[in-house]
Amino acid sequence: MTASGGRAEGAATGATTLAQKIIARACGRPVAPGEVVTARVDLAMIHDSGGPRRVAPILRELGVGLWDPAKVVLISDHFVPGDTEEGARILALTREWARETGVAFHDGVGICHVVLPEAGHLRPGMFVVGGDSHSPTGGAFGAYMFGVGATEMAGVLATGEIWIRVPETILIEWRGRLSPGVMAKDMMLALCARLGMDGGRYQAVEYAGEAIAALPMQERMTLSNMAAELGAQVGLIAPDEVTAQWLAGVGADPGDWQGLRTDPGARLAEHHRLDAAALPPQVAAPHSPANAGPVADAAGERIDIAYIGACTGAKYADLAAAARILRGRRLAPGVTLLVAPASRRDQERAAADGIMAVFEAAGARILPNACGICAGYGAHRLAAGVSCISSTARNFRGRMGDPSARVWLGSPMTVAASAVAGRIADPREMLEAA
Amino acid sequence: MGRIWRLADDIDTDQLAPGQYMRGGIEAIAAHCLESVRPDFAAGVRRGDIIVAGRNFGMGSSREQAAEALRHLGLAGVVAESFAGIFYRNAINLGLPVLTAPDLSGIEDGAEAALDIAAGRLLVGGRAVPLDPLPENLRPIIAAGGLVPWLKARLKGQA
Repeated sequence: MTASGGRAEGAATGATTLAQKIIARACGRPVAPGEVVTARVDLAMIHDSGGPRRVAPILRELGVGLWDPAKVVLISDHFVPGDTEEGARILALTREWARETGVAFHDGVGICHVVLPEAGHLRPGMFVVGGDSHSPTGGAFGAYMFGVGATEMAGVLATGEIWIRVPETILIEWRGRLSPGVMAKDMMLALCARLGMDGGRYQAVEYAGEAIAALPMQERMTLSNMAAELGAQVGLIAPDEVTAQWLAGVGADPGDWQGLRTDPGARLAEHHRLDAAALPPQVAAPHSPANAGPVADAAGERIDIAYIGACTGAKYADLAAAARILRGRRLAPGVTLLVAPASRRDQERAAADGIMAVFEAAGARILPNACGICAGYGAHRLAAGVSCISSTARNFRGRMGDPSARVWLGSPMTVAASAVAGRIADPREMLEAA
Repeated sequence: MGRIWRLADDIDTDQLAPGQYMRGGIEAIAAHCLESVRPDFAAGVRRGDIIVAGRNFGMGSSREQAAEALRHLGLAGVVAESFAGIFYRNAINLGLPVLTAPDLSGIEDGAEAALDIAAGRLLVGGRAVPLDPLPENLRPIIAAGGLVPWLKARLKGQA
């Protein structure tokens, strides 16, 4: 990877970045990187953890209602399926608030970052805040979407506005095409290792290049999703025909998206150039996504649990990729494979395509369409001393269970291959043998 | 006066507000704050103590209980080389002082210390460690004690 010289690059007159264009529209005037501005929010997404139970008391204290209930979407996912007493109570409170306010509510049908676009709420060029750190996922659709905490969200719900420091753009250009057995998740783990967990500096990361153009929508979502792990505010991808067709497929009008791109000559803070074709599958060792390297470095580590879950790693594309490995194979003795499809829609599609049957035949256990063990908020958590390989985004110590549990991160294909082998394994070996 | 709690780089929100306590209130979360990295922290921390950490403090989740737990435990503030973006905003919004400093070397765990935010310095071991100035745009929110009191005053002004 090369990082070419900061501000020296670009700065042609009038040329602006994708981030600048979207923020400018949300503020009603041109903006420059570094400037602090107040933007009008097009859409606010909240979930059961940081949503009603946290924002309703603040709105009461402020003595105001929602600025625009039509621009608020509520999705329950963190405490679903309500397998603890407190979790069930939080879900009940969430449902009650949905009834009172009349906001769009998607209850128990999947993880917010996957449900929001599939329900047709997201469109290119929107300025969106989400009450969750993986909100950069929306950037895959050319929306400026970022995560905020509950108090900040309450402020948005009360006023429809939020302050933002217009970010610099860190352009990450992937040339070539991914090899068979290599996925968007591998690209992100490689970036975490190279740039570090704060390499995004809370600026705008933008992904571009031949490899990105070739990726289907849900793989692009994985890239944008894990901009969070780079510490970026957003992870943008300029909309194209793939975006427009995907949105049309869920009944959302993609609108006028053609101009939504970083102009040639726009000022870039950093420009990284990487070769997708040369990238092998990646695995991140405990306890950081930045501990990533080629799968060969971790191959042979014995695992107890393989987890295919989360907004990062259990969308339809992830399930389909894992099933390519699992088809006609069984789990290694003593290994548990848990699959928590990211949304009901994706699970239904996977069932119709025979993918869920592959999981069942392999011996997997299917969990609810929710954040599950990735968030670690419910009854299901990793026990002490367990070794796990997971398709999720974060392997921080203690996140998914006991602090002595060890979690490796890999692509859904790598997780599936490891479940079959009983140890961390390179999925390409099983693709070739298939 | 308080004491320094010295922490490393990349302190994450799962350490500050562990997931299995997130279904409870702030009391329960704060009781387990940082237990996976500093098991003595939640029970030993006293009002006025100061965290001094490395880079990217508060990385990970948007759960603001990560900042709220520190406020609840009476921390005078967190001084770090850098903060994760969402945590930083959450802390400001909740009235927890968060400050960056160009050089935090040589500050030892357990040292007696005081945070002088107005003067922009951390007083520790006879030294005055300079802190970076607070961003201009955040000063009104910090002065009001957080986003909710700031919004309250603003909404009242509009009425």
